[in-house]
Amino acid sequence: MNTLFDKIWDSHVVDLIKDGPTQLYIDRLYCHEVTSPQAFEGLRRRGIRCLRPEKIYCMPDHNTPTHDQDKPIEDPVSKKQVDTLAANTAEFGLTHFGMMDPRNGIIHVVGPERGLSLPGMTIVCGDSHTSTHGAVGALAFGIGTSEVEMVMASQCILQQKPKSMRIRVEGKLGPCVTAKDVALFLMEKLTTSGATGYFVEYAGSAVRSLTMEGRLTLCNLSIEMGARGGFIAPDETTFAYLKGRENAPKGEDWDKAVEYWKTLKSGDDAVFDKELVFDAAEIQPMITYGTNPGMGMAITGSIPTLESVGEEGGESFRKSLKYMGFKPGEKLLGKKIDYVFLGACTNGRIEDFRAFASIAKGRRKADNVTAWLVPGSWEVLRQIREEGLDKVLEAAGFAIRQPGCSACLAMNDDKIPAGKYSVSTSNRNFEGRQGPGARTILASPLVAAAAAVTGVITDPRTL
Amino acid sequence: MKQKFNIIESSCIPLPLENVDTDQIIPARFLKATTRDEAFFGENLFRDWRYRPDGTPIEGFVLNDPRYSGDILVAGKNFGSGSSREHAAWAIAGYGFKVVISSFFADIHKNNELNNFVLPVTVSEDFLAELFETIAADPKAKVRVDVPAQTVTNLTTGRSESFELNGYKKYCLMNALDDIDYLLEQKSKIEQYEKKSV
Repeated sequence: MNTLFDKIWDSHVVDLIKDGPTQLYIDRLYCHEVTSPQAFEGLRRRGIRCLRPEKIYCMPDHNTPTHDQDKPIEDPVSKKQVDTLAANTAEFGLTHFGMMDPRNGIIHVVGPERGLSLPGMTIVCGDSHTSTHGAVGALAFGIGTSEVEMVMASQCILQQKPKSMRIRVEGKLGPCVTAKDVALFLMEKLTTSGATGYFVEYAGSAVRSLTMEGRLTLCNLSIEMGARGGFIAPDETTFAYLKGRENAPKGEDWDKAVEYWKTLKSGDDAVFDKELVFDAAEIQPMITYGTNPGMGMAITGSIPTLESVGEEGGESFRKSLKYMGFKPGEKLLGKKIDYVFLGACTNGRIEDFRAFASIAKGRRKADNVTAWLVPGSWEVLRQIREEGLDKVLEAAGFAIRQPGCSACLAMNDDKIPAGKYSVSTSNRNFEGRQGPGARTILASPLVAAAAAVTGVITDPRTL
Repeated sequence: MKQKFNIIESSCIPLPLENVDTDQIIPARFLKATTRDEAFFGENLFRDWRYRPDGTPIEGFVLNDPRYSGDILVAGKNFGSGSSREHAAWAIAGYGFKVVISSFFADIHKNNELNNFVLPVTVSEDFLAELFETIAADPKAKVRVDVPAQTVTNLTTGRSESFELNGYKKYCLMNALDDIDYLLEQKSKIEQYEKKSV
């Protein structure tokens, strides 16, 4: 009790259904083109409109090509889905950041960037990585399309109140250890179901020391531990990030808002259903070797042996390594790779491009590597150019593409071919995620850059 | 599809793998549909485990194994992890499953199943292990899921367990009502909340 999670949740309760879920008020609904068309269809079938259209923001991101966005999308099925979102938002009077709109990008990059996601809010989207927005101190969680329709119709959602968990990471992060490594480390410890049923508050000095971009990455990956969402109490880092953003409060409203936001923290006497503490010094740069994000290890480590996995889960483990073409007990350092993907709602922000460029600078892309560098939004691309990172990357043989979800889930043309190894800054290494048969190794932008310039899996600390 | 739930008695299709994610249930390339065509999603349920790239069936996979049939899918723990895509629930419903039994479900997917009148039944690890053994020994072995009593019974061994389902959702399932039907009746409460929280 008296956790920040309770405070925000409880202040949004419209009603408690007897022997049932909570009716929770939603401050912000984001929609993209993939998980919304059937919700709009549902509204039409019921003959109703959106109850609070001004609280809903929509943009295409999953299907958008990462080149020639000024031209019509070549894939007719993708084009139809993107066009359907534009038509639906016009019909229902919703704000739409279409392709080529300077405000367009991956929905979870755009929301915080535009100041649309603010502390204390409840935020939902038909997308499991909605947990990203928790980084500003909001309760943000992914929902299904029926639930999207529910929120459109009533600005409310029916949900069972999740349990609360606090994960503290204390101490100082080592060299080349980023928010992504913290997340991959936590997933390895907790597995992909360790936080199922919970909302996670990240705390501790290592979490506090993260920039907003780092916090967005950490919260983004909450779902990969099974968590309903993850968030970080707002502080000066949060306020400095939000101040002056397009949709953030201004003037006197800003001062009032900050005054309120400062109260958004768990009490000293807060009781969590579960509490975990980790030492930041234990965390190394991480990579994954299997086909779920919990199958990770320190980059210098070895894949577990069959004996250490044991009987239970053995079949899933063997199936996974067979798919990846790896052997139990094997080290992955020095392993040749084929593709590098920098981007996604996980690592497509300006800081990620700065990190990648810091390694690429003065080096050359390895000849055996195809690299796709995809900014999370047009705003990120603008910053890349403003800081001259594009010149640094181009000099090293890297081209920057146009924004979108891209090879994270390969709904556009950016597909990793079957059997090829991809070191990817995205969020999932599931079978076929980056294209049928594609083999994904999840990593931070630094590890991705080290692989891109050497052509093999490389510890960035050795460069 | 909205349907009224009561007692379901059926043979099962076993999928004894853990951490089955929604990308496997329905790969992303099938998410481009703009309608809720359950038959389309059902045809592509477990697409890449079920068919080769050329469209020929992969013999070893359970959905292609003529020994197995039924309204109940039995899966290893942490079923439905990963992406929130409701298309996964549409695919399961579209294939014809009414119930999924596992020892653990991912949160979002569980809600998606319930919102599509597919009942996720959470059982103990022991119950699940025994059920997999029962089905392996006799593919026609039946399970009874009694929604009013909230019990699940392995009819071969007689082992029975109760499962969780809140009273509200049980009422919805037994009467083919969905959450939106309910919420549309709550407008005055919503407006009251909005006035209070300005």
